[in-house]
Amino acid sequence: MEKMKLVMIGNGMAGARTLEELLKLAPDLYEIEVFGAEPYANYNRILLSQVLSGEQSIGGIMLNDVEWYAGKGITLHLNRQVSAINRARRTVQTSDGKTAGYDRLIIATGSTPIVLPVPGSDLEGVVAFRSIRDVDTMLEASVKFKSAVVIGGGLLGLEAASGLLSRGMDVTVVHLAEWLMERQLDRAAAGLLQESLEAKGLKFLLGKQTVELLPAEIPPSPPLHPQGVRRGVPDASGITLSQSKGGAITVAGATISSLKKRGAIAVADATIPPLKKGGTRGDLRVGAIRFKDGETLPADLVVMAAGIRPSAALAEAAGIHCNRGIVVNDTMQTYDPRIYAVGECVSHRGVSYGLVAPLFEQAKVCANHLAQIGISRYSGSATSTKLKVTGIDLFSCGDFTGGKGAEEIVLSDPSAGVYKKLVVKEDKIVGSVLYGDTADGSWYFQLLRDGQNIRELRDRLMSGQSHLGSSGHQGRNNASSMPDDMEVCGCNGVCKGTIVKAIKEKGLFTLNDVRKHTKASASCGSCTGLVEQILASTVGGAYQPADVSRKPLCGCTDYTHEEIRKAIIERKLKSIPEAMGFFEWRNVNGCASCRPALNYYLLCAWPHDYRDDPQSRFINERAHANIQKDGTYSVIPRIHGGVTTPAQLRRIADVAEKYAIREVRCTGGQRINMLGVKKEDLPKVWSDLDMPSGFAYGKSIRTVKTCVGSEWCRFGVQDSTSLGIALEQSLDRMWAPHKVKLAVSGCPRNCAEATIKDVGIVGVESGWEIYVAGNGGIKAEVSQFLVKVKSAEEVMEYAGAFIQLYREEARYLDRTVHWVQRAGMDYVKARIVEDAAGRRALHERLTDALRDEKDPWQERVRGMEAREFVPIRLQS
Amino acid sequence: MSEWMRICPLEEIPRLGSRVVQTVKGEIALFRNGSDEVFALRDQCPHKGGPLSQGIVFERKVTCPLHGWTIQLDSGEAVEPDHGCTHRYRTRVDKGEIYLNLA
Repeated sequence: MEKMKLVMIGNGMAGARTLEELLKLAPDLYEIEVFGAEPYANYNRILLSQVLSGEQSIGGIMLNDVEWYAGKGITLHLNRQVSAINRARRTVQTSDGKTAGYDRLIIATGSTPIVLPVPGSDLEGVVAFRSIRDVDTMLEASVKFKSAVVIGGGLLGLEAASGLLSRGMDVTVVHLAEWLMERQLDRAAAGLLQESLEAKGLKFLLGKQTVELLPAEIPPSPPLHPQGVRRGVPDASGITLSQSKGGAITVAGATISSLKKRGAIAVADATIPPLKKGGTRGDLRVGAIRFKDGETLPADLVVMAAGIRPSAALAEAAGIHCNRGIVVNDTMQTYDPRIYAVGECVSHRGVSYGLVAPLFEQAKVCANHLAQIGISRYSGSATSTKLKVTGIDLFSCGDFTGGKGAEEIVLSDPSAGVYKKLVVKEDKIVGSVLYGDTADGSWYFQLLRDGQNIRELRDRLMSGQSHLGSSGHQGRNNASSMPDDMEVCGCNGVCKGTIVKAIKEKGLFTLNDVRKHTKASASCGSCTGLVEQILASTVGGAYQPADVSRKPLCGCTDYTHEEIRKAIIERKLKSIPEAMGFFEWRNVNGCASCRPALNYYLLCAWPHDYRDDPQSRFINERAHANIQKDGTYSVIPRIHGGVTTPAQLRRIADVAEKYAIREVRCTGGQRINMLGVKKEDLPKVWSDLDMPSGFAYGKSIRTVKTCVGSEWCRFGVQDSTSLGIALEQSLDRMWAPHKVKLAVSGCPRNCAEATIKDVGIVGVESGWEIYVAGNGGIKAEVSQFLVKVKSAEEVMEYAGAFIQLYREEARYLDRTVHWVQRAGMDYVKARIVEDAAGRRALHERLTDALRDEKDPWQERVRGMEAREFVPIRLQS
Repeated sequence: MSEWMRICPLEEIPRLGSRVVQTVKGEIALFRNGSDEVFALRDQCPHKGGPLSQGIVFERKVTCPLHGWTIQLDSGEAVEPDHGCTHRYRTRVDKGEIYLNLA
């Protein structure tokens, strides 16, 4: 069958990303032809400011070079402008007369910088800040000239100004509004920003409206007679003067400074007649800028950074419905069903986006439909802003003005250069501005995007998420102040410089990309916040934290954990192949991420019918022991509540000697660990031990830690040991989304550390307090109070019900804390405390699920899965 | 010269699983994927020597149990963005029996 023809107009980041996504999904569906107006293949436009400042080279910002297109069999036309789309014939035509036919068309024409409609805007030395060519012009000017003016004190303008400053120019930023970045910042934050930029050497003129750009070579009035210049004859420096019949003198070949040297003062103040229609002063260079109040300012280079507008003219001329941008639906389709549009040229639900992150989301959706999969929708993006100027830490997202009914939480410490503002409406964050300390920007943005209720977090919102509890990065929580050689990820030994380098060189935009390429934050994840900050400050507004409210299970599917769990029950899916088939998994066997998750979801949904799939379990759960770095295993038998006997200890000692166990140690969960067991020996060790598995290797019940309690302790008010043992026995052999740890303390001195456990019980004189969703590991989280009950039986029911709710509703690999943070403590209380019948039902489901689980060690001692443990030995 | 050694019937290896074979060349991981293709790799991840035989198998790939590198079963090469390679041995399946070639 002949392939369909896909033509793409425009070859910027959104367009090229669409092709990448498309080729991943359907590599052979289309014959692809791309028309780019620029002479370069696809480059990272966001990093142009770093090319300007000299931190990057042009080669370093290429994302897809010409070879990439060739390798994918894409016909790429560079330097070729498409001048018309003929929808009836389904062709596009270029300005140099080439015609190409299409079955599907992508319009990705991007945006056009707004050029102020003032006289002189076409003078030489007046540029936008959009393309490699613009940067080249600026770099050239920075070598020859001294003074630069940037019109526009927004994100782009400030980055351009800062780049020119670092090239040694004298830079003034002219801004119409009364403070910088007025669309992203409030006045206070903008003030701090301005101060620190001024300290770097930038100058600012705010509230100034530009009315005219003046050429350097102007006919000064009154006529001047520079010394040594004779009319009509070029002097030694090449200046020629000529006089018209009306008396006006024209000066050619001069610059302002050369004329000034010759005695022409106030040249910049001279007026010149307005340009005749159709005329051009293109061969004259800009020399000054004039404002509405009459003031002027010398300028050898003027950068227009006053905004962009979608480039929709081509589509509009072809009769495609446009409203400022090209109007698309949620599948990125225009009003012509054969034509799609992505990127800055688009108007989606009335919004045009100028930041890369939303454009990449659009690209993904568009590719999905072009690949004829057709299940994905773009529903708009919340955006955040991060200024990419070295040494300046600034973050803003959402609506910082709030409007009616909005409250502000503000922390202002001007002498420390810190300003933080959160705008809250109806218990939700609607906007945020951070200056000086942006460590929690991505957290606030996440809360904003998820629309999470922050009532419970309110009193600690300002102190932030990353200030508490995490370890492994020397207590640092501010990436911008870290030196390049400082370690960010303590698990994988990754320094800040390595991360920045990878982001720039490999063109990374998401946390996942960075994790894949550098391993930073890919293990325990405690430095995720830092890595996100580094990413945000390197790619600026392009950064967008992962959307946690709609998280696909893994790369094999676009469906979420919740959708899949629901369908497993409603559609009665009872095996991994059935579930993958129903959701049309992209990879036939899934991957190492989704198979363990599906295995758990099926097990949780059908505790008696589902046949556990060992090949979809991580090795520890398959071997029922913990794999160590040398490939040996550790064995931890269950010791309920941490209470053992001399007979048990003797058996453990005998086993340790018999199998030459290299190390015997006590665990943090009050049990004993035997390390260095060969896999082949595991069943024999288990047999000799004759103790149940401690499940110390699983996403499962781990331990119930106890203190001595009222039986012995002179302070104890409750029998924590008995309750702990009973709880642990009732949860024996329970699988869960992640590990589950409990503790029971016999008095509020809390020696069992119950307040950092998934479920913590603290005995008081009159009963038991139940706490949930604590965590003591990667990031310490103090548990939250759930309820106080009178009897041990009630504790069993409440704790069991809570754990069952977690088993049924959390995502695989969520600890209780992650799940409760999303679901909210109010919801948990409603289900466990307020709904007595529901609570009992949950508890019964848990008991029922566990009724026929057998001890895995004893089953394997009896020969189950024997092949797993025995290597094949060759006869010869 | 025949260097092909008969190892075991195909059924001795679980589908989407593996077995370790002890040979004169050390431990070799023998994999069987979802389409009953059989592959053999030196049982050491190029990253930190993890036993690949203990990983999760999918398509023609295995994910190392120690740090999650994914290794291509048909080449021994690590999947991008990781870089590294482990030795691959030739295998064939004949009348339901697996043969391994250590050459």
